Order: sequence, then structure tokens, then C-alpha cells
Amino acid sequence: MAKEELAKNSLEALKNADQHPVGDVIRKYFSENFENEFIAHVFSSSSNILLSILVMTAFAGGTASFLIWLERKVCARMQVRLGPTRVGPFGLLQSIADGIKLVFKEMLRPKGADPFIFYLAPFLPATASFLVLAVIPFDKNIQVVDIDVGALYVIAVSGFGIFGILLGGWASNSKYSLLGAMRAGAQMISYEISVGLGLLLIVMLSGETSLREIVFSQYGTVNNWWIFKLPIFGIIAFILFLISSTAELNRGPFDLPEAESELSAGFHTEYSGITFSMFFLAEFINMFIAGAIGTTFFLGGFLPFTIGIEGFDNIMFMIPGWAWFFAKTYFIIFLFMWFRWSFPRPRIDQLMNLEWKFMLPANLLNIIIAGAFLTLGWLL
Amino acid sequence: MTAKQRSIEESRKDFDSYFKRVFNGFLSLVKGMWLTINIFSSPSRVITSEYPENRDTLKMHDRFRGQVIMPHNEEGDHNCTGCTLCEKACPNGTISILQTISPKSGKKVLGKFIYRFSQCTLCNLCIEACPFDAIFMGQEFEEAKTSRDDLVFVLNKREGKS
Repeated sequence: MAKEELAKNSLEALKNADQHPVGDVIRKYFSENFENEFIAHVFSSSSNILLSILVMTAFAGGTASFLIWLERKVCARMQVRLGPTRVGPFGLLQSIADGIKLVFKEMLRPKGADPFIFYLAPFLPATASFLVLAVIPFDKNIQVVDIDVGALYVIAVSGFGIFGILLGGWASNSKYSLLGAMRAGAQMISYEISVGLGLLLIVMLSGETSLREIVFSQYGTVNNWWIFKLPIFGIIAFILFLISSTAELNRGPFDLPEAESELSAGFHTEYSGITFSMFFLAEFINMFIAGAIGTTFFLGGFLPFTIGIEGFDNIMFMIPGWAWFFAKTYFIIFLFMWFRWSFPRPRIDQLMNLEWKFMLPANLLNIIIAGAFLTLGWLL
Repeated sequence: MTAKQRSIEESRKDFDSYFKRVFNGFLSLVKGMWLTINIFSSPSRVITSEYPENRDTLKMHDRFRGQVIMPHNEEGDHNCTGCTLCEKACPNGTISILQTISPKSGKKVLGKFIYRFSQCTLCNLCIEACPFDAIFMGQEFEEAKTSRDDLVFVLNKREGKS
């Protein structure tokens, strides 16, 4: 009995899990009705695409509104307040009410703004975040597409969001927007190097670039997660990743691009209504994505917390993978919120010093040390 | 010690202080996070009170300035002598004191203490002017009315001061 159970949870069994359960169900009901094989083929492939888009859009909207509520609650409790309590139980529907309000608000365009770019810009960061969501492995069989170069794709596509901020700031024809956008551009491009190097470290250690394979490379006990498998320096790499991704997300304490006291609201000063909410949505989905990437690369993704004792491990394997994934992701998101409401904001030159004089050398050093560890076989 | 050696010595000190700064910086960040997580994890420290729910137990603090009141004792007496000092102190003409002749002593006493809440800025000047502690700032704050006439009060319940 125990042997069967173990076989069910083995690495091979997890890897060979059914890949498209939802799409298969739809196909089972519909594809038989088509006489023409070509149409059946088109329908079966397009049904997967459409379902993925639908699910990811719904997921992104729901996650963003939940995260906005969570942010407000956590912030309030850290400031000895209560936070939203009125709309719905515990104020859960507050962000939906705010969203409805934003949708019905008027979109104002400043005089002299470039209309095409002004209205295009808010959708670019949101698009980038949607695209990254596609490669996140939520569970062993819940992933829209498993790209072989997933890590590269994540770095490349998340960099795409900067365009929206830069274009939006420039097209607004406002000095606050322009300054905020330039700051955001400088900050995000600088810190993307650190994020990239942090991910590169894990790619080097695991020898995989597909996100799903990176998760499977951490199969085993909790010691096999990359944060612990590389002794000490794994934790340092994780901390460096947390700092640089906080900065890349433009979140506090690194919220220089929208420093309220200096730039009113930074790059989205002139945006209102749905265009503003698109920037806001992208910001919060990006926070989820940063948590998900941190989970996938450092904390073992959807793999359960196991310690090598068979009975305990079997209980842990009973909890579904997506629950583990979300628990770990929300842990990292909580860390981000904790940072935001604890730390004061650095100056722009201090921010750049931190990246170019501390984070970048530290990351490079970490990669060299990790390479030495890998060659010497000092992994746990 | 040659100049070159000293410079090496100094640069080593700089190097040490750099790592010290990095370490102390992280330590201070951890201190800050410890403070916020402590506050976060203790719900009893939340000082926000939710108003309509706590209406029965709500008690305003002593220095709260509500509508002006004139306390009466058990016999229905008040301390006001009708001296009009509060009326003169009021910058808005909120208070009007109508005096009458007391039939008992034949002297001027308080007839009506008219207080127009709609004009009052709750500035506390009348209370400071009163030498007899006859009027005070009240604790009531739910004072919405549907008509302006409802905001004119006669504070004394009976004429004169017995």
C-alpha cells in the first residue's frame, strides 16, 4: 500500500501527469461532432487557447482585486488601523466597488498629449503581465504553456512593461509624468539585471530553463529547494532576488517613480478612469508574478513541504500542488507588503548606488561562488 | 610607516567599514520589520473604532466641544445670573439673553437663554467668559436637524435664579 502511494508521488509520476485536463474535457464533448478532420483539429487547438485566455484573464482580474484588498488590510494593520470593513464581509468587495467606480469615470487627456500613445501606453504593462502568467506552473498539470526557454521568456517579456511606463509618461505632456517615467525606466532597467542574474543562478544550478523542469529539479525533501540546496548562498541569492524584484516592481521602499511627495503620482499622474486602473492592475499582477517566479525558482514551486519521513510526506502530498504554490506565493507577497510598510524611501542616487555598487557585484560574486560549489559538488 | 603603507591601512579600514555599514544596514532593516510584524500580529492594538456599531458604548473625551449646555441640579436650578458676559464674548451673536424683573426681589434676572446652534462655531469663548460655571460644552455630536428653526434652543428650564 505504502509502495503504491510512494510510486504515485514519485518524480516520474508527477512529470507524466495529464497536461491539459480542461481542454481534453471540452474536446471530448465537441470534437466528435465535426466530420471534417481539419475543423476538428482547429477547434481542439483553439479551444485550449480560448480557455487559457479566459481563465488567465479572470485569474488576473481576481488576483489583482484580492491583492489590492490584502495590501490595504496589511497596511492598515501595520499602522494600527482596521482597513476596509464596509463593503462585503471584511471589506472583501471594496476593490470591486473601486474598480466599478474607475470604469465609469471619465478619461481625461491633457492638452498637447499624443492621443494614440497616451491611450496605448496603459495596456502595454498589463499585456506584459498577462504574457508572463502564461508560463507560470501553478501545478504539475496547470500551466498554459511549458516553454523550453521559460526563464529567458520571463525576463524578456517582463522587460516589455517598461515601454508602457516610458511611453505613458512621455505622452502625458506633463513634467511630473515625464520625470516619473524616466526614473521608472532607469530603475527598472537597472534592477532587471539583478533579477536576471538571480534567475540565471538557478538556471545554472539546475541546468534547466523550462519553469516546470526547474520545479522538478527541486524534487525531494525541503533541502532540495534551491534556497537551501546551495548552502547559505541560496538564502543570500533569495534575499538579493527579493530586493531587486521589489525595486523592479516599483513598490515601496523603492517607489521612486511615483514618489508622492515629489512627483504627485509619477508616470500615471495624468491618467484617470480605466487607463489608470490598467496601470494599477499591471502593478498588482506583477507583484503576484514576482512572488510566483520566486516560488518557482527558490521555494520548490508546487512541490509540497516534505522532510523525508514517509508518513508526514504522504500527508503533505495529499494537499494539492496548487495549494502549495499559492501558499508559497502569498508568503513572498506578504514579504513584499511587509517591506513596503516598514521601510523609508531612499533617494534616487542612493537607489542607483545600491544597484550598481552593491547588488550587481554581490550577484556576480554569488554566481561565481555558486559555480564553484556546483563544480565541487557541495550542494546539499 | 611609509605613505603607501598608510594608504593600504586606510583602504583596509574603508573596506571594513563598508561591510560594517552593509551589516548594520541589514540589522536596522530587520529591527524595523520586527516592529511592524509585532504591531501586525496584535489585533488588540488597533485603535480605530467603528462608529455606528459602538454607539452604545461610545464616550467622547473630556475636551470634546459639542453644543453648549446649561446643567440643572435636582431642583431644576441653574447657575446663570443673566449677566450677559457670554453674550458679549460671543463673536457670532449666537447667544441672546433676555432679562426679566424678578417678582420676588424686584431685580433683573435671566428670562430666556437663547442659543442659536446654527451660528455657533464651538469656540469655547462663552464658557471661558462665564464667572458662575453656568454653561459648558456638551458631549453630543449627532446634531443633524431638518430645519434651521430646530437649531434654536432655550437653554434654561425656568426663569431667574432662586
